[in-house]
Amino acid sequence: MKKFINKTDDILTESLSGFALAHHDLVSLNLNPNYLTRKQKATSKVAIISGGGSGHEPLHAGYIGYGMLDAACPGHVFTSPTPDQMLAAAEAVHADKGILFIVKNYAGDVMNFEMAAEMLPFESATVLTSDDCAVINSTYTTGRRGVAGTVIVEKCVGSLAETGADLQACKALGDKVNSRIASMGVALTSCTVPAAGRPTFDIDDTELEMGVGIHGEPGRRRETMREADTIVTDVVTAILDALKPASGSEALLLINGFGATPLMELYLIYNTATRLFNEHGIKISRSLVGNYTTALDMAGASVTLCLLDDEIKQHWDSPVHTAALRWGA
Amino acid sequence: MNSSFILTSADAIQDAILQHESELESLDRAIGDGDHYINMKRGAQAIVEMQPELAALTPDAVLNKIGMKLLSTIGGASGPLLASFFMGMAKVIKEKGNTSITSYASAFSAGVDTIRQRGKADLGEKTMLDVLIPVANQFTALAAQNASAKEISTALKLTAEQGMLSTKDLIATKGRAAGLGERAIGHIDPGAKSCQLMIEAVCNLIQ
Repeated sequence: MKKFINKTDDILTESLSGFALAHHDLVSLNLNPNYLTRKQKATSKVAIISGGGSGHEPLHAGYIGYGMLDAACPGHVFTSPTPDQMLAAAEAVHADKGILFIVKNYAGDVMNFEMAAEMLPFESATVLTSDDCAVINSTYTTGRRGVAGTVIVEKCVGSLAETGADLQACKALGDKVNSRIASMGVALTSCTVPAAGRPTFDIDDTELEMGVGIHGEPGRRRETMREADTIVTDVVTAILDALKPASGSEALLLINGFGATPLMELYLIYNTATRLFNEHGIKISRSLVGNYTTALDMAGASVTLCLLDDEIKQHWDSPVHTAALRWGA
Repeated sequence: MNSSFILTSADAIQDAILQHESELESLDRAIGDGDHYINMKRGAQAIVEMQPELAALTPDAVLNKIGMKLLSTIGGASGPLLASFFMGMAKVIKEKGNTSITSYASAFSAGVDTIRQRGKADLGEKTMLDVLIPVANQFTALAAQNASAKEISTALKLTAEQGMLSTKDLIATKGRAAGLGERAIGHIDPGAKSCQLMIEAVCNLIQ
């Protein structure tokens, strides 16, 4: 393992401290329990709180700020945060209209946020994101995993909350956006969890993992490495199978890097994916390309398609001012 | 079961987790995401460090504090599940007292039920419950037959081991391996393994 580390146990604290210093105009950091909030506390709105294991930066702290999150709770690397973090964050950002938790659908995250919601002295609701269509038999299992599409849910719900909308309206929009998103990822290398010190999974130079999760969990199958267009074709096909969009649909296309794949390749993927979706009659009218939901140092990328309507477009386009997304503000 | 037995068990559990580092890590790398050992180690260490403040408390208070500590220390899925187990046990010990093997068995079963409810999982889903449910059932049955502590601990160790091994041939429908489908077959569930190790460590203390 070759990483910029002082002591493994200190990585999270030192990284969070650096993030808070770099973005001191936007966020405040609290340690023990760990949570980050907006620098300026918002008033009279639904407070949007997300969180999850660390290692997916800029998710979630990078999305704290006007138009998106009020607070984020980072757990240990790839490990859900704990209820005391959510309770303290909720106490800090509660602004009289309840708390909306946005939670990626993993057993640990769901249970920790559920226990926090049970202990919370405020009204709360939860949006579970589950955009990863790589997981087969979704009715049979705990369901699809929440991955990069979470960013789109956080952006849209965050925008609605700024208008003073109530808790149920924010939850309803979050659920709607989530239901219109499908994502699938491909890994070319494994990631290495610092405390483990070695790659999470073994993968040969001639192989790829189709449908990989954002923790390096195995996906649909191990395949032979091949040219980009055929890989992207398989991913796009899986997304179309999951969403079954009508011809003429308008969509947002997000190409997300997992941490160790250069932008040059992400734009190559965007080029191919756009052409393929266009061939299926889908008009790509919004785009996002970059590292938005990473898996530490994994090489690979995911493709996310979100079917738009006027409401989702309005909330995607509205001003946002966070460390990782900023436009119109 | 007095408070000092719970604290001795915490030491034994920590030793068992530490001794099986490579096994727990490789199981989790195969069908999970590689953090199970680190999380269990962090939890065990936190409980062992609490011993001075726990020593003077009643058993139900000790169990409850252990649950709260695990809840704020482990994270992931194991955190809320193990926390629920200890808090579920604490509730029964507080209500029914702490005098007989029967009361220990019903407390253990209550802890396992709390895990079942929190995780919305059941037997046969390739999780820690494949160890815990058979152990709870056998514990209850043997306690009702007035079996001795030694007989019970010997039997439960074996049942825990069988339960752990049974996860090898299961498809996961709960937990992080649930996305794997048939690819999870052939691998023992890491949560089942760590539960079996903890049960074995506590049973070994009973002479």
